[in-house]
Amino acid sequence: MAGKLVADAGRNPKPRDISTSALGRRAFLKCAAMAGATCGLSAFALPFPAMSSSARTTQDDSQFTVEAKFYEKLPNKKVKCKLCPRECTVGDRERGYCGVRENHGGTYYSLVHSRVCAAHVDPIEKKPLFHYLPGTLAFSIATAGCNVNCKFCQNWDISQVRPEQVPAEYAPPKAVAEMARQNRCPTIAYTYSEPVIFSEYLMDAADAGHEAGVRSVAVSNGYMQNEALKTAYGKMDAVKIDLKAFTESYYRDVVAGELKAVLESLVALRKMGKWTEIVYLVVPTLNDSDSEFQGLARWMKTNLGVDVPVHFTQFHPEYLLKNLPITPVPTLERAKAIADAEGLHYVYIGNVPGHPAQNTYCPKCRRMVVERLGFTASQMLIRKGACPFCSQAIPGIWHV
Amino acid sequence: MDDGRNKSRRDFLRNCLAGGVVLGARSKFRLLGAVEQTSPPLKSRVAVARDPMLRGTGSAVDSGRILNLLDRVMQTLFELDHPSEPWKKLVRPGEKVGVKVNGLGGRGLSSNVQLVEAICERLQEAGTRASDIVIWDRDTDELERVGFHVVTEGNRVQCFGTDRVGYEDELATYGSVGSRLSKILTQRCDAIINVPVLKDHDGAGVTIALKNMYGVIHNPNKYHPHGCNPYIADLNMLPAIRTKVRLTICDATTACFEGGPGYKPQYSWKENALIVSQDPVALDYTGWRMIERKRAEKGLKPLEAEKRAPSYIATAADAQHRLGTNDPQRIALLEV
Repeated sequence: MAGKLVADAGRNPKPRDISTSALGRRAFLKCAAMAGATCGLSAFALPFPAMSSSARTTQDDSQFTVEAKFYEKLPNKKVKCKLCPRECTVGDRERGYCGVRENHGGTYYSLVHSRVCAAHVDPIEKKPLFHYLPGTLAFSIATAGCNVNCKFCQNWDISQVRPEQVPAEYAPPKAVAEMARQNRCPTIAYTYSEPVIFSEYLMDAADAGHEAGVRSVAVSNGYMQNEALKTAYGKMDAVKIDLKAFTESYYRDVVAGELKAVLESLVALRKMGKWTEIVYLVVPTLNDSDSEFQGLARWMKTNLGVDVPVHFTQFHPEYLLKNLPITPVPTLERAKAIADAEGLHYVYIGNVPGHPAQNTYCPKCRRMVVERLGFTASQMLIRKGACPFCSQAIPGIWHV
Repeated sequence: MDDGRNKSRRDFLRNCLAGGVVLGARSKFRLLGAVEQTSPPLKSRVAVARDPMLRGTGSAVDSGRILNLLDRVMQTLFELDHPSEPWKKLVRPGEKVGVKVNGLGGRGLSSNVQLVEAICERLQEAGTRASDIVIWDRDTDELERVGFHVVTEGNRVQCFGTDRVGYEDELATYGSVGSRLSKILTQRCDAIINVPVLKDHDGAGVTIALKNMYGVIHNPNKYHPHGCNPYIADLNMLPAIRTKVRLTICDATTACFEGGPGYKPQYSWKENALIVSQDPVALDYTGWRMIERKRAEKGLKPLEAEKRAPSYIATAADAQHRLGTNDPQRIALLEV
């Protein structure tokens, strides 16, 4: 991989230094070759040589093209995508809103299967998943494309482009699973851009991972149709959802999506028994009112329960929202105070290294049970899923 | 000391009054002239030329006849006698010219190769060097598929897609739009001749001049919701587009009244026409009406009844955009 600096979706800003954890292209090639050998895949293809972003002709589109799983055929060679609530009706030779699905003669194709444009080894805390295998690493991958267009996106140069516009490597599912194992990652994370739009690849990679003893997590906006969510995220071991705001107007004006559909996805994930965490990126003046924080906390308590963690994270100016300031820390603390007061048990503050609200505290005895410094879990005191001081159960997936 | 810059308000008024007396009767004449100039609003000229024999006895467009048709429509629009004169008004020697075609519809419904060759011929006659002309769209493979020959070097007319040179790294923004622009537009062209195709569009209603600019950005897929409105108008406000597009020559040799933008033979017709204007909004309005007439002739509902009337045309004409006019009273339609 080209060592592309990327941040997890909904996380902001880009991490200042992840070069030590980024998988270099040389390492990628080595891992891929090893994976090919290990898996015994005679047809295993090595990644392409380095290429410029405009060197589309060096990419073989057919290698990454598979028929989409979630769509309906319509008359006149049109198709209706059933992957996300947008339900794009796509004419022949056209693409959907995400830019990675194309209609060819009435059949709809994903153009991004195994087409990885970013890969890194990240701490799981960077996703952020705080109640999922703390202190472990995630082999994190992305393809180009996204089904929304957040004005604050920090990875817009991969999420808001078409696949042929960014350099990519061929990384078939078994190779990804093997690379995760080689890099001592118990988890594959589908992240950076938007895994909804590469669902077919995500499902195949998750299957390959599970066969190799590697779990999978999705870092997603949750803007997905219910059937697709159940099928694709049913294969995940945990999911982090970026709940961008608690108003439809924000979703319409800033995200180009719909709040209602995301809330339905969150409820569905809980019903499916998937470990779920929520990130709420607090953008000054746009989604930082008391009523929104309170509305969110009350909705979570009623519909998801008090044990679902929520991370109020700091916004940094990016992409199309460069006119707003960094979120003041007191604003994040106000959000946390409101959510705490509503009775949520695990309310975190994100993107503020060293803030005490990055640690996990027992909701019963209030003692610290996981200490974090930046993206590192520096102390992990939970034993058998419980507080070591008062034996209160701490929900999550704590041990490999 | 009076150096002319320290006059009092009283001096200024006195001098103005004196000036009025000196001008005497002449001033009255000039005042009338000024009123005459501003009272009738200037109309946007849209020229439409047809040739029923454009294809002779075959199905392909005849090179000689399309050149002749191009000359007729251009000379009508610019009211000039010689075929190369209109082009001299458009482009100065030494300027680099991009001919932005549309190859999305495949061979059946893309900018006609013979038409584009005719445009390039006239540009060269007007003083533009062949190598200063580039025929382009987003994708080189698409251009080849519709019959253009890819040329990237030498002293010939160039032809390639944005995929060969890429997009600018920085976003260009206006209103709802934030996009990376093709480097062909930003770095290779001083002027653009826009050569769209007259087509129905399942989302936008119609796709003609304004929407053809979706082919100059990296993320057109983001701008299809809500009938592409206000995205199309906002996109055309980007300075690199607004200041460089000098003329639209809409290829209506084969047009599409339903099922667009892809080519479906049952929904296309041979209009054998060219529509030309320097006002892309007026041209889009005119083209839309032509598509509606064909739809009515074929027994189809108006686009409005299908909830896909091209509302972006009115947006492009509104006070915020002022990209042209969609008022038929302010369009001079010149049919030849």
